[in-house]
Amino acid sequence: MNPTDQIRAILKEHARLAVDVATLSDDSDLYEAGMTSHASVNVMLALEGTFDVEFPDRMLRRGVFGSLASIRAAILELTQGATTEAAQ
Amino acid sequence: MSELASSLEAVTRIAREVSAQHAESVDREARFPTETVDALKKAKLLSALVPQKMGGLGCGMLELATMCETLGTACSSSAMVFAMHQIQVASILRHAAHQTYYKNYLTELVEKQPLIASATSEVGIGGEMRTSKCAVQRDAGDRFLLEKDCSTISYGAQADDVLLQARRHSEAAPNDQIFVLVRKPECTLEQKGAWDTLGMRGTCSPPFSLRATGVVDQIFETPFSDVASETQVPFSHVLWSNVWLGIATGAVARARAFVRQQARSKPGTVPPTALRLAEASSMLQTMRTNVHDVSTESDRLMRDETQGTAALSSISFALKINNLKVSSSQLVVQIVNHALSICGILGYKNDSKVSVGRHLRDAHSAALMVGNDRIYATNASMLLVLKDD
Repeated sequence: MNPTDQIRAILKEHARLAVDVATLSDDSDLYEAGMTSHASVNVMLALEGTFDVEFPDRMLRRGVFGSLASIRAAILELTQGATTEAAQ
Repeated sequence: MSELASSLEAVTRIAREVSAQHAESVDREARFPTETVDALKKAKLLSALVPQKMGGLGCGMLELATMCETLGTACSSSAMVFAMHQIQVASILRHAAHQTYYKNYLTELVEKQPLIASATSEVGIGGEMRTSKCAVQRDAGDRFLLEKDCSTISYGAQADDVLLQARRHSEAAPNDQIFVLVRKPECTLEQKGAWDTLGMRGTCSPPFSLRATGVVDQIFETPFSDVASETQVPFSHVLWSNVWLGIATGAVARARAFVRQQARSKPGTVPPTALRLAEASSMLQTMRTNVHDVSTESDRLMRDETQGTAALSSISFALKINNLKVSSSQLVVQIVNHALSICGILGYKNDSKVSVGRHLRDAHSAALMVGNDRIYATNASMLLVLKDD
């Protein structure tokens, strides 16, 4: 599964959206789609577990988890950072 | 004297000469503190937050916080009404001032000093401000109808206008909310119960059925979720905590007067109550330091135009502002309790000069207005992801 599909699967299971995840575009607002602050914490936990990353506190903001695209950008930043570190 | 200093001076004078004089009857009769609110309107303090170039007093969150504390030492209900109004003004200023409708409204606010209530509670949603049942019903043109069953609206009957959140449209998710100001002439409030409470009796906060119409221009373009996290929650917790700090300070002032009186009757011996007073003084300092620290940080973020918004919507700030609310709401009760144990039976009596019964009853509202358990549950969940890095 590519990262986008993995994120969609996590959103489907944990975001408790009012609509089907499949109908959302990469830029759809997840909060408008029904994700509560409480559900967003579960999404963060599942993302950390699945991608084996830890979101630093600076990333723990509403905007970062507001859409599939912004989540993917955050994951990418963290995993690419890890690759760079391992290569050193 | 600068305009800000004279505004603070005006509040100090109103607290002493007006609020303190009527606090007892406001509490006993559970009546609205009309005298205080009229005096605040006369001094143009209901538009204190509005920038000077728009005709306001140009105060920031910190000046407002000091005003809430000052009023709180004299009359908790007056202070809470003032605080709640300012939270609504802050929401308009920070999120809707660019909209033509609100530009005009802010001019009106400066000129006519309307008192704004908030109808954020709703029957059947379990106290969760971030979800709504009610929804904006738009007609084919530019008008809307909004009906909301509110479990409480503070000073709903006395307010000139009401701010409330609702779902964006009838099909919207419960947390897809907008914020909207409705005007009293276009709004009917049917009172559905009484407000006969242990404390904060002068806030007059019974349940109401609200039915309002208006034009869609009255709807904030910014979603309510942003208004809530960036302004409503920080402003509420900071201003409320300052009101509670005022209550605690007022009760300790009575305890101090009592101990001084005892000491004067027997010079040479330290009265046993002085030790309790030393404890109360230490607790009050802890509370004051915490309230001032978080108020100062919130004020700084509110003014920071580049980083402020991101910081205000971060989990680490949400945790801090929630911690302020739970800790100050608990400390105020402990401190007033201490004052009661110092003043003894004279503190217990309602007709004595060192009575602290009203303070104690008012203080108990703090843990309930947004229940502390709900806040702890939110913090518990946020701590699962927060690293404190």
